[in-house]
Amino acid sequence: MKELFVEEIISEVEKLCIEANYDLGSDIMTGFHQALKVERSPLGVEVLERLIENAEIAHQERVPMCQDTGMAVFFVEIGQDLHVVGGSLTEAINEGVRRGYDKGYLRKSVVKDPFERVNTGDNTPAVIHYDIVPGDSLHLVVAPKGFGSENMGGLKLCKPSEGLEGAMQFVVDTVERAGGNPCPPIIVGVGVGGTMEKATFLAKKSLLREVGNHNPDGRLAKIEEELLDRVNRLGIGPQGFGGITTALAVNLEVYPTHIAGMPVAVNIGCHATRHKEITLQGRGIK
Amino acid sequence: MSEAIRIETPLTQDKVKGLKAGDNVLISGVIYTGRDAAHKKMVEALEQGADLPFAMKDQIIYFVGPTPAKEGQVIGSAGPTTSGRMDVYSPKLIAEGLTGMIGKGLRSTEVIEAMKKHGAVYFGAIGGAGALIAKRIVSAEVIAYPELGPEAVRRLVVKDFPIIVIIDHEGNNLYDLGKEQYNSPKNCIK
Repeated sequence: MKELFVEEIISEVEKLCIEANYDLGSDIMTGFHQALKVERSPLGVEVLERLIENAEIAHQERVPMCQDTGMAVFFVEIGQDLHVVGGSLTEAINEGVRRGYDKGYLRKSVVKDPFERVNTGDNTPAVIHYDIVPGDSLHLVVAPKGFGSENMGGLKLCKPSEGLEGAMQFVVDTVERAGGNPCPPIIVGVGVGGTMEKATFLAKKSLLREVGNHNPDGRLAKIEEELLDRVNRLGIGPQGFGGITTALAVNLEVYPTHIAGMPVAVNIGCHATRHKEITLQGRGIK
Repeated sequence: MSEAIRIETPLTQDKVKGLKAGDNVLISGVIYTGRDAAHKKMVEALEQGADLPFAMKDQIIYFVGPTPAKEGQVIGSAGPTTSGRMDVYSPKLIAEGLTGMIGKGLRSTEVIEAMKKHGAVYFGAIGGAGALIAKRIVSAEVIAYPELGPEAVRRLVVKDFPIIVIIDHEGNNLYDLGKEQYNSPKNCIK
């Protein structure tokens, strides 16, 4: 058994929230540069160039790349032999969000009640997904999620008879319906199988994968390639102004499901799909 | 990329009529900000016969909710938000004389019909390029609904603010035209 103090978690969460919003991942930057080599639409090229410039300004001047600094989504893996000391882990994560969004001059975009819609003023609460794993460390991933893209996702509880083609068509249709709204070039997260909530969770979690990395299962990697090809033939292009770069990646995750069903979830990430992570090691108890 | 057309606000009808879908525009002068919550309040004010935060005639609304400004900054990151959420409100403001909207994403048939009827243009700014766009904003001042925080109505002075005409006053739509041009099978990325 090892232990970890909440103060350390709070200060790391604070830093992660700020860095995620200021520093675009190098995988997406590489994706922009590769897209520039193939994009044929002059407006599309212009958009890609400005997105690269924008990410450079955000990084150098320490400002958010986008004004929608998102709802803070966390994926937390807690070792079963780790003891969190000094307070609640959930409250520590929320306190880190509170401090990061304040000190980093990030926008507070969370309302307390979906109907009353009064801003909580500090971007809490975060959405936190916990997983208990072997070991004695804490792995934290923060993925601030903007809602221009979040609003364009979808879920279809497909019949098994619709098969792979039915699932793929739903993904393509969802991207087509989204058009320029989710700020293309997008990352398309797809979760298939499990139950309704498992599929949506997988779709969201797949957005954490680096652009350019395929599912390690070769069969699924081929499906990702075909989906990316079909999505980029829609012609939506950067910002929806027309072009062949609608998505930088399609990430597919699957899970065993019930004999009667095939849930298919699509979670769209914008070109500023942000995520930063850290592993905190517990200390020996004296 | 075509040569940019420079436009000074206010966006009068003669300027509206000169813009076509796909035009690259650099705008300078005063524009106003507003998102969902501010639009709701403005339309309620109209229905109650109360004053609006500014007179709509020949003005432009930018759909944006910026991040807080750091010391020394005029405004924080300030890219466009998704315009579709303003679709229920925009026709009423267009009928009041609003001639320009800046945002990102699709608009409803009702908005496009109001634009054609009264003469208005829908511009796109680059979504997610908030840090870059902020550099073209010269000054920012909250003029109404400060309680809405990032959603308050601000009066911005902009200089060479880069936008693209998405839908012109005749209803021509770059989202349709652009897509048609690049969705043929020969445009496979491989």
